[in-house]
Amino acid sequence: MKQIKALICSIALFAMFAGTAAQAKTEIQWWHAFGGRLGELLNEQVEKFNASQDKYTVVHTRKGNYSETLNAGIAAFRAGQHPNILMVFEVGTASLMAAKGAYVPMYQLMKDAGQKFNPKGFVSAVSGYYTTTDGKMLSMPYNSSTPVLWVNKDLMKKAGLDPEMDLSTWKKVGNALDAAKAKGIDMPFCTCWHSWIHLENFSAYHNIAFATKANGFAGLDTELAFNSPVHIKHIQTLGKWAQEGKFKYMGRRNEAGKNFRAGECMLMTESSAGYAGIKKQAKFEFGIRHLPYYGATQAPQNTIIGGSSLWALSGKSKEENKGTAAFLAFLSRTDIQAQWHQDTGYLGVTTAAAKKTKSSGFYKKNPGTDLAGIQMMRNKVTQNSKGLRLGSFDQIRGIIDEEMEGVYSGKKTAQVALDSAVKRGNVLLRRFERANK
Amino acid sequence: MEKRVFFKGWMLPAILVAPQLIISFIFFFYPSGQAIWNSLFLPDPFGLKTEFVGLDNFRFLLSDPYYLASFKTTIFFSTAVSVSSMAIGLYLAALADRLIKGAGVYQTLLIWPYAIAPAIAGVLWLFMFNGNIGLASYYLKALGYEWNHTLKGDQAMFLVILASSWGRISYNFLFFLAGLQAIPKSIIEAAAIDGASFWKRFGTIVIPLLSPITFFLLVVNIVYAFFDTFGVIHTITSGGPEQSTTILVYKVFSDGFVSQDLGSSAAQSVILLVLVGILTVIQFKYIERKVHY
Repeated sequence: MKQIKALICSIALFAMFAGTAAQAKTEIQWWHAFGGRLGELLNEQVEKFNASQDKYTVVHTRKGNYSETLNAGIAAFRAGQHPNILMVFEVGTASLMAAKGAYVPMYQLMKDAGQKFNPKGFVSAVSGYYTTTDGKMLSMPYNSSTPVLWVNKDLMKKAGLDPEMDLSTWKKVGNALDAAKAKGIDMPFCTCWHSWIHLENFSAYHNIAFATKANGFAGLDTELAFNSPVHIKHIQTLGKWAQEGKFKYMGRRNEAGKNFRAGECMLMTESSAGYAGIKKQAKFEFGIRHLPYYGATQAPQNTIIGGSSLWALSGKSKEENKGTAAFLAFLSRTDIQAQWHQDTGYLGVTTAAAKKTKSSGFYKKNPGTDLAGIQMMRNKVTQNSKGLRLGSFDQIRGIIDEEMEGVYSGKKTAQVALDSAVKRGNVLLRRFERANK
Repeated sequence: MEKRVFFKGWMLPAILVAPQLIISFIFFFYPSGQAIWNSLFLPDPFGLKTEFVGLDNFRFLLSDPYYLASFKTTIFFSTAVSVSSMAIGLYLAALADRLIKGAGVYQTLLIWPYAIAPAIAGVLWLFMFNGNIGLASYYLKALGYEWNHTLKGDQAMFLVILASSWGRISYNFLFFLAGLQAIPKSIIEAAAIDGASFWKRFGTIVIPLLSPITFFLLVVNIVYAFFDTFGVIHTITSGGPEQSTTILVYKVFSDGFVSQDLGSSAAQSVILLVLVGILTVIQFKYIERKVHY
């Protein structure tokens, strides 16, 4: 009995001390969407920051996928239980921007905390996404990627193709798929993120509008425009491939990545950040190529980013905001950024990180890892290739996915599906415009 | 003469009914009132500002062809789940009722699936029919049938019906079995002596005597299919492909908590509330008349 008493006492004492020790540091909550390998790498960054100073402790929590994280953040904000830092994927950017008062703009946060912060140090193709038209940066770019073509070289050989063959245009890709199908390859082509790759990036890459008003950058009264002949041609091609069994639909997000990593799929369009997983799991020789395009168009212009940025939510104490600023400044340090870029395949979001990676010889050792960066920055951006800023865009993407499923299953033509997606999406844009006037 | 008990004064009866009233108010009237109130506004997701829009949310909904399609989906889905799970439940109960040896084992095993939560059941079936690693989809492919419920609406519908009915069969089985065992053997034996065949006895004696239980199960199963199947649909299809498995209650969730359109979501809850009210009235007014107690 006495022993138990002593045990309880010591536990209570320990808890008291542990409690005071934790209280001495200001806790910074970070909600994010990363699991798996990316989650491990994120955790490494947080641990490094926590060990590097003794004033703040960053506590990170995974809240599900991108959409779920954003929704958890919004619901928590309504209840007044929100974290200091919220990861918001690029699609949610317009929703956050419109919610003035829900966040502390990045430039403001850094200024208040007295942190040195140079927005010009970021790659403009990335930071432009999170900056207002008058040049104020609102959130901190965290992970940014762009779609590329992944090649399973072993399957290419099995299909009797030269694994180094030219795959720069969709026509050439089509020929390769024909050959693969003829040789009995079960899944010649698959893709992740249908709307992001085959409509959003497709538009930027071909320098055609995805939506009017500079893809929404110039005003809330924007309208969708992705039912042009070039768009229809591409989606119709995908639909035809699906009917002929050359393209297999695996799901709306990155489900197809599993099939590629398992060596079933020969060619896959997926984010450059598929690199972390593919490098770890693929038991075959893989290659990275630029995203294909159609000839006799303005392509290749440049592709746009996907990924997320970190928003400092409002309503937190000055001390906590200081900690948030310190952590975000830490994340943008060149060494941290360069490491992240090399580990994950995400772009180095600061120019210094990109330079450091290049001079370290990383690209030479890992051929293809520099393609994403080149593809994004190959031309001066136009108003069609700057990015997208559309309200309710997560929902609009859902509509696009639905309509594209109709094309792949052969129920609809590309023309009908895209016209319908534009019409349905515009209704949501008007509703968003009304709610955010 | 009917017996009646009278309370003196009003304090005791008030105290006795108060807990029920308070619970109804907190968990039913207050949220319903909130839903009706919110359905008249168009708020931004963060709750920073809101605008009174009258009935615009309803107008917006009723002009959305996908919302109207969701009604059809819901009717088809709940009919399929209720009918299939009740028919199979009754069939199994009729068989188990005739067992002499090992009845307890059969009965226990048949009840097990009911213990599994809808979301878990969803993941289980999803796992079997997964396009990459699923055993069922693998064998179907070997038989030359292409299974891809992420793309084919009818397959997705079949899968969510299967997963939703599965656990429900146990529940229906349990009630039907109890009902069957409550039917006096003497009536059935008398009919048998009169020369009625098994099916004749089943149709003219068993079914009518089971009708109170059948009616009860119909109400409960339809409510289940309307609301509790959320977990199954969320885990298996998330309402896709092309909203072919989006039932009304799933749309309330996806518009409100995925798309952050709380005005539209509240309006849908109100419509759902009215719909369930009408359904209950119909069930008790017209169908219950045909039930023999």
